[in-house]
Amino acid sequence: MLVSSLLLGTIPSDLFGGAAYIFSKYAPMFWYGVKITLLISMSGTIIGILIGLGIGILRTLPVGKRDPLWRKILIRLIHIIATTYVEIFRGTPMIVQAVFFYYGLKPLFNWTALIAGIFIVSINTGAYMAEIIRAGIQSLDIGQNEAARSIGMNNYQTMRYIILPQAIRNAFPAIGNEFVVNIKDTSVLNVIGVTELYFQTSSVAGIIYRFPDTFLVTAILYLVLTFSTTLILKFIEKRMNMPVSSGISSSSTVHILNTDSAKGGIKK
Amino acid sequence: MNILEISHLNKSFGPLEVLRDINMNVEEGEVVSLIGASGSGKSTLLRCINLLESYDAGQILFEGKNIIAARSSINSYRTHVGMIFQSFNLFQHLTVLENCVIGQVKVLKKKKSVADTFARETLSKVGLDDFINAKVTTLSGGQKQRVAIARALCMEPRVLLFDEPTSALDPEMVGEVLTVIQQLAKEKRTMIIVTHEMAFAQEVSDRVVFMDQGVIVEEDKPDILFTNPKMDRTKEFLARFIR
Repeated sequence: MLVSSLLLGTIPSDLFGGAAYIFSKYAPMFWYGVKITLLISMSGTIIGILIGLGIGILRTLPVGKRDPLWRKILIRLIHIIATTYVEIFRGTPMIVQAVFFYYGLKPLFNWTALIAGIFIVSINTGAYMAEIIRAGIQSLDIGQNEAARSIGMNNYQTMRYIILPQAIRNAFPAIGNEFVVNIKDTSVLNVIGVTELYFQTSSVAGIIYRFPDTFLVTAILYLVLTFSTTLILKFIEKRMNMPVSSGISSSSTVHILNTDSAKGGIKK
Repeated sequence: MNILEISHLNKSFGPLEVLRDINMNVEEGEVVSLIGASGSGKSTLLRCINLLESYDAGQILFEGKNIIAARSSINSYRTHVGMIFQSFNLFQHLTVLENCVIGQVKVLKKKKSVADTFARETLSKVGLDDFINAKVTTLSGGQKQRVAIARALCMEPRVLLFDEPTSALDPEMVGEVLTVIQQLAKEKRTMIIVTHEMAFAQEVSDRVVFMDQGVIVEEDKPDILFTNPKMDRTKEFLARFIR
């Protein structure tokens, strides 16, 4: 039936037949959309992680009693700026941010919608990542920090070698979740004309004027993207939590359970 | 020779005075036990010595130098003063060996191979040869505390501070940790031990310091302090402890 429809150039009238027809006829347009969606959500997530690391660390900078006044003021100022950034970007819809920054900064950068899209997803993700990283850092026992200091590590060494490796590991499920959310949320970038999957779908639906069938194709494509990403992340997570081979095994099961519950504590 | 000289140390948490005019010297090679009820300030004193807590007044001299003279030297001072915590505080993401190596490599800037060899020797000394590649989360409490001692020893500290090293342990694991500490005492290491193990304190210490409500009430040789204390508060405390 699909073959005959293709030959005749008519769209089957039922939903699934229509969807199959539309996908096979407009596959290149869909694939192009998938490509752009993945490009933006991936680069946006990676840049977002870097922003989040920076901001998350800045937000947990401690103010010591012995610190000089200028340092106390500086750290307070950094805290205020970082918190403002996080609250603004978590408190406004990405679709509004997209329109505001794309058109607002266009005279300055003269950028394409794609570059603007990556920029917007990055800074938006950065705000969420900052919170995830901060929670990851603060969920660690204060004893980890004290032990590091007690062997003479400075602030940087403590953060780099002791705190961050554990914080990132604890926060990994939440970080992965952000990636999955981004795959879906890049769809709002269609308002500034980024040719991602949603935009491409609208174009196809506009050409043939068959909305449910076309969007069924897109829904399935999004689902495949998010579900396979979830599976990959689960796999990585499992690998990360695997205990390194040890001489003993009797008491290890108990402690593996402990690690899992600790991880659940920071899930948001 | 005094390695540590603490004079007129005061510390408050808000309105609560936890340390009041503490004066205490520790000689090189001496083992000092700090005893007293919970909240008497003994752990706070220990944490002040390692600068994990700041103090409000007074001073601490390490080898004759004020430990907070320069901000930049605090980290290098800490390498000379090893700390063993009640709750172990091992680095959870590292193996037993890595716990002992990371400080040597990152802080003391030793070569990885040199640090590795020294860590293995030290771990062997505390009886953990078979566990060097184990994740610390898989160890028992007693094993964890021995790793913590090895981690501190790997920095080659001049003084070791023990903050209730056996309080978080199951009773059957206390012995293995105390044995290690005893061995260190025999090596003439300078140690300050906060403990509730009175029999152990009596056996291992050169001097016992009894604290109550933020002040040092009495200090003496263990045989004298435990059998023939001078102050009423010491007598009361010991009566409660030794039945």
